[in-house]
Order: sequence, then C-alpha cells, then structure tokens
Amino acid sequence: MSLLVSRDVLARVRRLEVPFDHHGIDPFGVEQVQLARFLTVLGWFYRRYFDITVHGIEHVPARGRAMLVGNHSGGVALDAAMVLASLFFDMEPPRLGHGMAEKFLNRVPFASTWTNRLGQLTGLPEHAVSLLESDRLLMVFPEGARGTAKLYGDRNSLVEFGTGFVRLALRTRTPIIPFAFLGGGEAIPTVVNLVRLGQLFGMPYIPLTPWLLPVPRRVALEIYYDEPIALEGTGNEEDEVIIDHVDRIKSRISALIDSGVSIRRGRGEAVR
Amino acid sequence: MRVLVTGIAGKIGRIVALRLRAGGHDVLGIDRRGWPDAPPEIELHQVDIRKRAAEDVFRTGRPDAVVHMATVTHLTGRSADRDRINLHGTRAVWECSHQHGVKRAVFVGRHTYYGTGHDSPLYHREDDPPMAVTSFPELADLVAADLYAGSALWRMPEIDTAVLRICYTLGPSRTGTLAQFLRGPRVPTLLGFDPLFQFLHEGDAADAIVLALERGLRGVYNVSGPEPIPLSLLISLCGRSQVPIPEPLFRLLLGRFGLPRLPPGALKHVKYPVVIDGSAFRAATGYRHQRDGDATASEFREAPSGLGE
Repeated sequence: MSLLVSRDVLARVRRLEVPFDHHGIDPFGVEQVQLARFLTVLGWFYRRYFDITVHGIEHVPARGRAMLVGNHSGGVALDAAMVLASLFFDMEPPRLGHGMAEKFLNRVPFASTWTNRLGQLTGLPEHAVSLLESDRLLMVFPEGARGTAKLYGDRNSLVEFGTGFVRLALRTRTPIIPFAFLGGGEAIPTVVNLVRLGQLFGMPYIPLTPWLLPVPRRVALEIYYDEPIALEGTGNEEDEVIIDHVDRIKSRISALIDSGVSIRRGRGEAVR
Repeated sequence: MRVLVTGIAGKIGRIVALRLRAGGHDVLGIDRRGWPDAPPEIELHQVDIRKRAAEDVFRTGRPDAVVHMATVTHLTGRSADRDRINLHGTRAVWECSHQHGVKRAVFVGRHTYYGTGHDSPLYHREDDPPMAVTSFPELADLVAADLYAGSALWRMPEIDTAVLRICYTLGPSRTGTLAQFLRGPRVPTLLGFDPLFQFLHEGDAADAIVLALERGLRGVYNVSGPEPIPLSLLISLCGRSQVPIPEPLFRLLLGRFGLPRLPPGALKHVKYPVVIDGSAFRAATGYRHQRDGDATASEFREAPSGLGE
C-alpha cells in the first residue's frame, strides 16, 4: 500500500487545497496515496538528480484558479513534471498542478489509470473549464505536441502557439502566469522523432536520444515564473484580438527564455 | 395529484409508487410484469404500454401526472421488442398524455446517454451530445427515447416535461445494470483501466423522480448523487474482489465461463468513465441525496437477496 511513499510527501499531499473525500479521492479522481507515490519519485529527481533552480514562484497564486503557460523544451514531458514538482515542493502550502495529457495516453493500459489518479486529465477543453471552475491550477503548453517534438538545436525556441488557451482564460476569468523552462533539451536531447513508428503504437511520435532511450542526463534546469497577466474580455472576441493576447504572452515567455539562456551561457551549460 | 407510473413493477418504480402514496398522491400503475404484494390502494393495470388497453388507463384513470419508467435497459437477451418498447412506448405515453390532459410528465432516462470513450470528458452537462449513438449503438433506442421525450417540451408545451438522466443506481434490491455487473464474488475488470463510477442509492433516485414531479420541473436534467469513485474502490466497498483481465483476453472470454455476452460498446463502460454534472438539477429543485457511496454499497452488499426477476 505505502510502497515507495515518503511520509513527508504524503503529509504534504494531505495539505493540498483539494477536496479529498474520506477515501482520499477528489471529484476528478485524484488519489492521495498514488499521488504521493508519484511525487516521492518525482521529488528525488527534483531534489537530488537534477540541479534545479526556480525563480519567481511567488507569482503563482496561493489559491484560486490560474493558468501556467509556458514552453516545451523538447523530449518527453520533463518540463511539465518539473513544474508540477516545483508547485508541490516549493510552494507553501503546496499546490497541485493539473496538466492536459495527450489523448493517446488514455488508451494505454496503466497510463490511463495513472494519469487519471494524478490529476493529469485528457487534454480536452471541457476538462480545462471544469478544473478552472473548481479553482485549480492548470499547466498549459500552447505549443502542444509540436513543442515536445523539438530537436536539440531548437530547444530554446518557440514554435507556433495555439490560441484556445486565451479564449479559455477570458471565458473563465483566469489569470495567466507565463513561465519558461530551460534545460529540458539538454537533459533529454532529441536527435530524431520516429513519426511512422509512433503512429503504429498510437503515439504522435517516438523521440530518440543519442543513447536511444529518453533517459535524462543530470543537468542544470531552470524554471522562471513571471508576473500574472489578467486579460479583460469575454472570450468571444475576433481572432485578431485573441492573437494579440497570444503574441503578448508568447513574447513574455520568449523574453524569459532569452534572459535565462544568457545567464546559462555565462555559467556555461555544464553537465554535472 | 393522480399519478400514473409506467414500469411500476421495476425496482425504482415500486419505490416511486410507495413514496407518492406516502406523499398523499393517488397512484395508478402500468406494467406487463406483476407486483404481487403491492399495497391495495395502488391501482395496477397489467397491460402493455403500447397497446390500446394502456390508452384506456389514461382515458378512464384521468391521471394529472405521469412518470414514465417503462424502458428496457438490459442488453442480455435483447430482442426487437426492446426498440419498440423504448421508443414507441415513450411516444405512446406522451401522445396519450397530450390527449387526456396530463399536466406533468417525467421521463426517467440514464446517464449512459452521453456514451464514453478515451476522449470523452468528465462531468457531462445536459447540452453535451449523445455520444452513446456511436460509442455504444445498442443504446441508440434509449437515446432516441430520451430525445423524443425532450422534444415534448416544444411539441406539447402545455405539459411540464422533465427528462432526468440518472446515473447508475445501487441498493438492497440488487437489480439494475450496475448490480448485475457486481453480482458475483469476483468482478472482471480491464487490466490497467480504473474508470470513475458514479452511482446513487435506488431510494435517492426515487426521491429525485418524486421531487421533479412535485416541483413540476420542465427541461432536461442530469441526476447524480455522491462524488464518483474509481471502479476498484467500488468493487471493494461492495465486498467483491477484482479480477483484472487484459483487454484482448476479456473480449475472448465474453459470453464464456459465466461472463455475460456483451456488445463491444459495453466494454467501454468498464474502461472509461461516464460522469455527469448534476448541479443544474440540485439548483432547480434543492435536491440532496441521503446516502453516500459507502452506505449505498454496504446496503447492496448486506441485502439478503434480490427482489426476484
């Protein structure tokens, strides 16, 4: 039952502002013990394995709905996992980040159960709305699967942003906290994406690293959170208005990445 | 009020009838099945809802309100009869209601209307599309009946029609879709999948129906009770043990070794969740369920035996 569950992590899970029932289950199917088990393992990567620095976590509200909007830096969803870990381990009280899982995951045995018990629901607009209306913290990567597909050389660039997240933020009156994640591309450098093979398994693609499997290297990672942006509107605006908002957020994230990259260069992107 | 309950001999039909009596209403009932120990003051007509004799019940019984529960929902042993009862029976009930001055009518439908799949969201609202038509085509007749009853809101505006989409029910009668699935000591599940299940005590479901009727509710409403829980937890609360089977093997085993012969769509219901948002119904009626999931499951577990049938 409590295999691989740290007592401290479980105690922290119980302090989350999530309406768990007496079975330790919340209305979205998040389960305390499984969440604690995942975070115990994730916590080891977060605290011990990577050399991670988090800047500006105070910009993430302590309670109430918010949308964390940031970049994918390649490889698998290491960025989402580390953002989740920072919200849990570096916030007081801790918060649970909800990601929007790729649809194929819900078809895969165990991955389906796992994502659902950890609050990483299938990426559907309905789920985003329900979570925000329940005052949860949503992690959004507007680059989508195009973002995780970035190859090593493109790790610090941004590909095209979807626009749905801005309409969603307007409709649900949710503040947006831009963030940048750096180092994912160094941890899991993708040299090639196998699209055909991936599709055979129902996945968008399979990323290959120089050592084939996406086993992360011990590198320095950085997360920069920026000040919240409160958008005004109804969500029914013309496309041009929405695209303006998207561009504004994208340039904030881009600036965070650029300043982060120059700090990293000054230090040398050393692999530990 | 004089209330006609169709499908009165079913598990929830009986509870609804008794609650209505206790609330001071006159109760008439139609069912092809009998209800041997029914209280004498309940007027029973053992007729088929689609037949002339049923219309006579409307004409001579003069009900003010109708609760329509005469739908066939089980899939085992299905026949062409099922479509006719579900859709044509529903049509007959609303046409008779229209002709014979019924003022209120409640259609008792199911949450499986929304269907399920890997990309189906949690917490369906009433305006979500009926995906069951594609994900589980065997339920198409129930979806059609639900939509037909809903269309009475504009076709027969003088009748206050309420369409209720109720989640699974469970309780001491040990009848119904979920009770059937959980009946044995070992419950087969799909390895690696553990969907959320939403269920309501059968008495609470009956209360919701009576409440909708007494309030003269108009419109389409989801009815849910306690928060959904994972299937694995539901199975253990019912004192059963879970037998996870890999999906390809599960498909091979269906219809053998005591497993029911189910259409492929039914498999989706143990793989992915059907979870509804019942907040609109609670806001419109003030409805609160009485029993939580644990109490409901333990009543199911400890009941001596089924109601029969």
